[in-house]
Amino acid sequence: MSFHPQMPYGEGWHKSDRFIPEEGPAFAFTPEHRAQLEELCTHYPPERRKSAIISALYMVQAQQGHITGNAMRHVAEVIGCSTADVEDVVTYYVMFFTKPVGTYVLQVCRTLSCALNGAEKVTAELCRHLHVKPNETTADGMFTVMEFECLGACDRAPVIMVNNEHWHECQQPGDVPALVEGLRTKGLAALSGCHLVKERT
Amino acid sequence: MFEPVLTKYVNEPNGYTLDFYVQHGGYQAMKTALGLTPDAIIDSVKKSGLRGRGGAGFPTGLKWSFVPKDNPKPKYLCINADESEPGTFKDHVLLERNPHLLFEGCVIACRAIGAKTCYIYIRGEFYHLQKQLEAELVKARAAGYVGTNILGSGEDCDIWVHRGAGAYEAGEETALIESLEGKRAQPRLKPPFPAVVGLYGCPTVVNNVETICNVPVIIEKGAEWFASIGPEKNTGPKLFCVSGHVKKPGVYEAPMDTTLRQLIYDYAGGIRGDRQLKAVIPGGSSTPVLLPDKLDTHLSFDGMVAAGSMLGSAAVIVMDETTSMVWVAKNLIHFYKHESCGKCTPCREGVDWLYKILDKIERGDGEPRDVDLLLSVCENIGGKTLCPFGDAEIAPVLSTIQHFRAEYETYIRTGQSPVQSDFRAAEPVGAH
Repeated sequence: MSFHPQMPYGEGWHKSDRFIPEEGPAFAFTPEHRAQLEELCTHYPPERRKSAIISALYMVQAQQGHITGNAMRHVAEVIGCSTADVEDVVTYYVMFFTKPVGTYVLQVCRTLSCALNGAEKVTAELCRHLHVKPNETTADGMFTVMEFECLGACDRAPVIMVNNEHWHECQQPGDVPALVEGLRTKGLAALSGCHLVKERT
Repeated sequence: MFEPVLTKYVNEPNGYTLDFYVQHGGYQAMKTALGLTPDAIIDSVKKSGLRGRGGAGFPTGLKWSFVPKDNPKPKYLCINADESEPGTFKDHVLLERNPHLLFEGCVIACRAIGAKTCYIYIRGEFYHLQKQLEAELVKARAAGYVGTNILGSGEDCDIWVHRGAGAYEAGEETALIESLEGKRAQPRLKPPFPAVVGLYGCPTVVNNVETICNVPVIIEKGAEWFASIGPEKNTGPKLFCVSGHVKKPGVYEAPMDTTLRQLIYDYAGGIRGDRQLKAVIPGGSSTPVLLPDKLDTHLSFDGMVAAGSMLGSAAVIVMDETTSMVWVAKNLIHFYKHESCGKCTPCREGVDWLYKILDKIERGDGEPRDVDLLLSVCENIGGKTLCPFGDAEIAPVLSTIQHFRAEYETYIRTGQSPVQSDFRAAEPVGAH
């Protein structure tokens, strides 16, 4: 029986594919990250260390780029919860990478306001210029192109976020080669940053 | 034009700093509030008529009064800074340019509900704002405005910033609480409401950033002053986000008796390229699309409901005559398909089918029955989910069919869009 009586029981509708993480190399937090995490845990009641899972996972990504089975087990041990609890969180939130990504992850907003201002062209141009499809990484490991849902800066569309942390605004499709070249030579300094932030410097 | 209150100093280079804020009368409302009883603060907020700015427009004072006074458990205040509704970027401005107004509001609200701890749940994508918020918090703590024994009053209020990791659903208050507890951001069954059983099972109030930023203003200038701005029951200054095909997109502060026409043509400079306006989404992607015949409606909670839509998060997305409404519906349904948390079957499965059907139409393979099929799927989602996500995801489909059914039918009959858009890629990659 399908979901809707008029809808045929088609191919590819079943969505219960289980995520099986790559085990990866042995993992432990650096002493700095560990200390940082313990400090973060003091923000919550002592028996609620689980609240710090998301922060711990960001630290995993800061340390090794993406999240692996071994890293999830380590996080579970440090937080004091089950590995399933950690896996539950990893597989839900879009900012956690479960596969290796490039040095620069270009997260292009694709939702309406950015799309009305040419985001489709920006993504297409990035993919053409870097010879990748969305969610793929260039052969040299430099760039991953991703489509992201609304980043919350619709007045400065189209917006690109880089590596979950850095902001780049009003990207015109024609300037894509300049952005890529800028990242190659100047690194993150090539990004516009947050415009209002820029105003005050 | 209206003299801004919340965004008065957003263009000052140092407007975000503690020094600037204190020099311009900052933290005075907090001093006043520390001398008031919690009931007096709640009363004042009730009298002001302040309604939640996150989307639902629930009266803030009433929400606070639901927190039980005799409950021995700790109480919590959570600030919803998970601003993710497509088209919305008002909290972004406040977080970035007026963080101390938010902190001041947090302390006052915590006193009102009897909370000692406040978490600002900020979306993961706002990392650049989080770093600055934390730096300013350190300064506020050192100056005695936040933390233990605030300004020697004996009042404690600690504020922490908690970063999410990319989930639209975390903007729903019980999902936000789940996420704060270190779990998937999925909504809870209500009742019990968070005011009774919320974060860590304790009484909790969840308020939007803009809502809390209005609190110090109410205490400072008085409930009567606040209530005198805008139409009845839709009081106070309001931030409107304008994006899409306008000349000057941005955040504009105005009372809620401003019309859509004034906002689009006077504030935002009109339609780019002086093209014709085709449709407007008045309150973020979850609110029904309006036609230009509703341009003279007040942008208030009640005015938008009367016009057949909702004020939502006051995110006005403007679309000109070159926009294909079938594509708009598909773009937004892709968003909802991606963001559905998966807890309720109608929403999770239904949105997947909506996307499949819209994608089929857009590829030129639509069949005449598809429009009614879309409506039928929507009917199986609306009102059948734990949180308002289900009702939100059907709004773009239902309203575009309601107003542009002929466009859908032409698209299906001819196999191509009757409207050509120069902002779209000739050969889109990915799921556009």
